[in-house]
Amino acid sequence: MLDNPSLFDLLHQRFPAAILSTHAHRGDATVTIRSEYLLDVARFLRDEPGFRMNFLMDLTAVDYLTFGQKPPGRAAHFNAGVAVRPPAFIQDQIPWPGPATGARFEVVYHFYSLETGHRLRLKVPVEEDSPQVDSLTPVWASADWFEREVWDMFGIRFKGHPNLKRILMYEEFQGHPLRKDYPVNRRQPLIGPIN
Amino acid sequence: MDTTTLTESIENQMIRKEMLLNVGPAHPAMHGIIRIVVGLEGEVVKSTEVEIGYLHRGFEKMSETVAYNGVFPYTDRLNYVSPLINNMGFAMAVEKLIGLQVPDRCHYIRVIMSEISRVSDHLTCIGASAMELGAFTVFLYMIKAREFLWELVEMVTGARLTVSYCRVGGVKADLPAGFEEMTRRRIAEVRKVIAECDKLLTRNRIFVDRMKGTGNISQAEAVSYGITGPFLRATGVNYDVRKNCPYAVYDRLDFDVPLGTEGDNLDRYYCRMEEMEQSLRIVEQCLRDIPGGAVAVDPETGRPMQTEDLHRMAASEMVDEAKMGKIYKVSGKEAVVDPTLEGTDKKVWKRISAGEKRVSLPPKEDTYGNIEGLMNHFKLVMFGHGIRPPRGEVYFPVEGANGELGFYVVSDGSENAYRVRVRPPCFTILAALPLLLNGDQVADIIPTFGSVNMIGGELDR
Repeated sequence: MLDNPSLFDLLHQRFPAAILSTHAHRGDATVTIRSEYLLDVARFLRDEPGFRMNFLMDLTAVDYLTFGQKPPGRAAHFNAGVAVRPPAFIQDQIPWPGPATGARFEVVYHFYSLETGHRLRLKVPVEEDSPQVDSLTPVWASADWFEREVWDMFGIRFKGHPNLKRILMYEEFQGHPLRKDYPVNRRQPLIGPIN
Repeated sequence: MDTTTLTESIENQMIRKEMLLNVGPAHPAMHGIIRIVVGLEGEVVKSTEVEIGYLHRGFEKMSETVAYNGVFPYTDRLNYVSPLINNMGFAMAVEKLIGLQVPDRCHYIRVIMSEISRVSDHLTCIGASAMELGAFTVFLYMIKAREFLWELVEMVTGARLTVSYCRVGGVKADLPAGFEEMTRRRIAEVRKVIAECDKLLTRNRIFVDRMKGTGNISQAEAVSYGITGPFLRATGVNYDVRKNCPYAVYDRLDFDVPLGTEGDNLDRYYCRMEEMEQSLRIVEQCLRDIPGGAVAVDPETGRPMQTEDLHRMAASEMVDEAKMGKIYKVSGKEAVVDPTLEGTDKKVWKRISAGEKRVSLPPKEDTYGNIEGLMNHFKLVMFGHGIRPPRGEVYFPVEGANGELGFYVVSDGSENAYRVRVRPPCFTILAALPLLLNGDQVADIIPTFGSVNMIGGELDR
């Protein structure tokens, strides 16, 4: 089993232009890459002997629109609690570098390798005006439903997905509920029976 | 005309038409609410379309609006058959984010409770799918055994279903008096039930015929679909989060991971049956190894916690005295609290909570008896206050009853999580359902779907 820096080195050697940043906050190896390299990196991760990431464990997205901002309409004593500092005894004191780019969305992939026992988080920044990344369905079958869910919840399109439609919400649902500009108490128009 | 040409001509004249059959959303065999549209050719399933989302309640969105400890009641409602595992998963994810270490005793309590939950989850799964195949007795027996376990859960947490037992940096309260012997008795009873059901099912011709060779999935397909848990292990892939990425105290415990060979419904049944036994073994080992004993023992005397009435004082009186500044009346006294808060007093507090002031609630004696404790309590529970972890992102997997249950938490340093994502284990299995059903008969939908152990709350969140 390789340690996190050597994992990053392997990726750097193969894709010097693709990698935007790496970090190992709390021991979770994380690599941020440019979206155009996604399919190549994914295939490399699956097939390269050092990685052999045969599980795509999780695929989700984060909307960084309001990151670090006070939510509107909150009471003045918002965030009046005392911030917890990580205790001195934990080994990993690497601070989190924050969202890698200024892009609004990040699609987050969690890989696991049964052979080597590595876990790796891959992040792909996605711009707001053209929220689209390549689909990983040709590489892992589990990407199918996960990507449908991200489309449903965040409105990020996956190029090459065979059946990209809503999964948890209904077809008539307006908007994408996990986006930060979707208010939590918004009501949806009632839908009647389909004629 | 010989027979082959005759059959051919009959086949040519037959109207071949795919018949669409709606199974669900409200169908007794669909466990929660889920719709499966199957295309049939005769009795053979040709195509399957799965429609989910009927139980979507916006877990992830709601988690962004409440404080960290406020997420626990929502996690109860993910996999509502084994809520304690969800509690543990979220608690450990946030603890990883903060970098917090909880005491060993707390880990052991969490492991005991999650293994009890795992057994009850497997009992429900096997019982329900056996009932759908006609073995109603097994269902009743297994629900009886689950009841034994849920009584234990009720004894510890005060609730049966929506337990909300874990907290960031600890658990709600220590184990109650009499827990150990009650658990040992219950384990013996559950073992008896499992043995009975084993006799009723494992060599039952009807059951085996319907389970064997149906719902097959190969190792490579299961891995590609991201399937985990007993479903994956039935294909022979040795992956258990408790063994491969040990968390809490699982690396100190001795248990086996049962593996199947065929990846069919029968193997999944075998795996679940064996896993229950292994979980009971884990509980027994935990009861033996738990530091401080399985019941609340006085750390100084080593005897079960019993204080003379002289030193006990109702919490309400304590508050009144403290308000008037009569600290001499309350100092050194043990608060007699509401039954729902039992096991949170000062003596046991250190052993079940991380002791970090910014995360864990203070013991009740401090909350009621002095201003520092009161302020500490206030700073954690009032609206707009609460735990504020540092900025960061973590993914923490635990072994749920259906497979890897992962929590991905992003924090922006405020009191609410910026993003909480749960990786639901049965989501990936449901995605593979067309693969499992296509080519099988209509009647095989029932055992295959039963072995998936779909839990609507977790699937749709």
